[in-house]
Amino acid sequence: MSSVLRVLFAPGFFASSPVHVALAVGGIAALVSGVVGTFTVLRGQSYSGHALADLSVTGGSATFLASVSPLWGFAGTGVIAAGIMDMIGIRRPRGRDLATGIVRGAGLGLAALFLYWDATSTSTTGATVTILFGSMFTISNSVVPLVVAFGVSALAIIAILYRPLLLSSVSADVAAARGVRVRLTGLACLLAIALAVSLAAVTVGAILSTALLVGPAAIALRLTSTPGRATVAAALIAVAMTWLGVVLAYDSFGWPPSHDGWPVSFFIVTLIFLGFVAAQLTGRVRRVRG
Amino acid sequence: MFAPFMVNAWVAASIVAVIAGVVGFFVVLRGAAFVADAVPQGAFAGAAGASLLGINTLAGLGLFALAGSLGIGWLSKRARRDVATALTLVVMLGVGALFLSFTVEYSAEIFSLLFGQVLGVSTTEILPIAILGAVCVLAVLLLFRPLLMSSLAPDSSAAAGISTGRMELIFLVIVALATSLTLPVVGALLIFSLMIGPPAAARSLVSSPLAAMGLSVVLAVLTVWVAIAASFETNWPIGFFVGTGGAVCYAAGRLVAWLRTSPGRRVSGS
Repeated sequence: MSSVLRVLFAPGFFASSPVHVALAVGGIAALVSGVVGTFTVLRGQSYSGHALADLSVTGGSATFLASVSPLWGFAGTGVIAAGIMDMIGIRRPRGRDLATGIVRGAGLGLAALFLYWDATSTSTTGATVTILFGSMFTISNSVVPLVVAFGVSALAIIAILYRPLLLSSVSADVAAARGVRVRLTGLACLLAIALAVSLAAVTVGAILSTALLVGPAAIALRLTSTPGRATVAAALIAVAMTWLGVVLAYDSFGWPPSHDGWPVSFFIVTLIFLGFVAAQLTGRVRRVRG
Repeated sequence: MFAPFMVNAWVAASIVAVIAGVVGFFVVLRGAAFVADAVPQGAFAGAAGASLLGINTLAGLGLFALAGSLGIGWLSKRARRDVATALTLVVMLGVGALFLSFTVEYSAEIFSLLFGQVLGVSTTEILPIAILGAVCVLAVLLLFRPLLMSSLAPDSSAAAGISTGRMELIFLVIVALATSLTLPVVGALLIFSLMIGPPAAARSLVSSPLAAMGLSVVLAVLTVWVAIAASFETNWPIGFFVGTGGAVCYAAGRLVAWLRTSPGRRVSGS
């Protein structure tokens, strides 16, 4: 047993302080993403989630210029972008993707500019890669309280609006008839997505945070039928896959060809995708049997 | 601005804009914004892989764009379309992150793949772009009617003997082809603004499909020309101007459409 453990956890895994931070931040981000993601998938807002993730690049690259923690930039732009998307009519399903895309395009244009300034005016040459693909093992301790605060806010939004959100996700008309303020609920949901995505952006990088948001939730919704159970399952799956990804990334130091480790985000995303495909296949087997 | 070394940039960007205008028209019509956004981003991983193996970037782009399109098509039969698209995209990006960690490329190279580098287009690169671009545009024009019908009225087009599934596949392949051509010039993250801003504006301005497609090409070409000129003057990345230009096109289109409806018929949100 102990030899198995030694193979799985490379020596020094539990003593390494960057690993502790990575596990803590990654765990919180995964938990929040799993919970919020369930509603993202139920409401068919995967694209909004993805666009908000891309847009947090803009904020992240701006903070590199101002040299404050990227998390502020990720979350700040996410919240602003959520507001703009809501404003230009994100409710109609047909126009929604279009509006989302336009906001995303304009935001990324700004990101290009900021990153260019990052590269020319300061000496942070790695800004592009760090912001886009994350760097989990270089997160500083001081970010943890901020991560917790953002995570709790996102979870609080979902907890308070659980029933109205669910109702308006299933049928906006019924919800409106029951006195739910559908638009306000939708905006609050977008804000929760923005916060979740900004947390995931710190861990797996901005353009991969969609994976944490959509993947575990899609798997969970495939495996269970009630929304409550799916929310819990999504959170658990997200945390498990993130931690497994961290373990594998730590193990990968010394793997060919570069010998300084494969990226954490690669492992997490691959695990999530494999889980999704597996869930699709088991779902099909079950349907055939049933 | 029109010095010999800039000629390539102008030619390549104009070809790219024409392709984006034509293909983008159907992207907007089919409401396939997310797919058109995901395929280029995923294809970026292919470019990273190609530079790792030292093979032609265009080949890597094409391979990944095609694999991504087919993956999205295959998975959407089994899961929700937006979820399938999102997950196909991120797994390709994850592979891209892995490739990037293997290379010792300057981050400037990555930056130009993501955000575009029009000044780096060489004369030898123009010919393949032009040929494949012509194939792409020709395919759309040949299939114009069936594509249009299956986009607007899937049910009646199925009754008329047009296979919706096959049209979807053809459309995805065209998007993949268009993507691999346009990516090196405009960049993975911003092709999409060019594919969606001008066509969306054109659609809200004119109603005839062919006229809308023509207008969308004109707007796309104008956007790119302004972007090159501005990028040359300021030395800022071209992606910034393309992204902003796409949004401006869309906003202008919406504004004109809104002004045109008489005050009495104005309904909030329409």
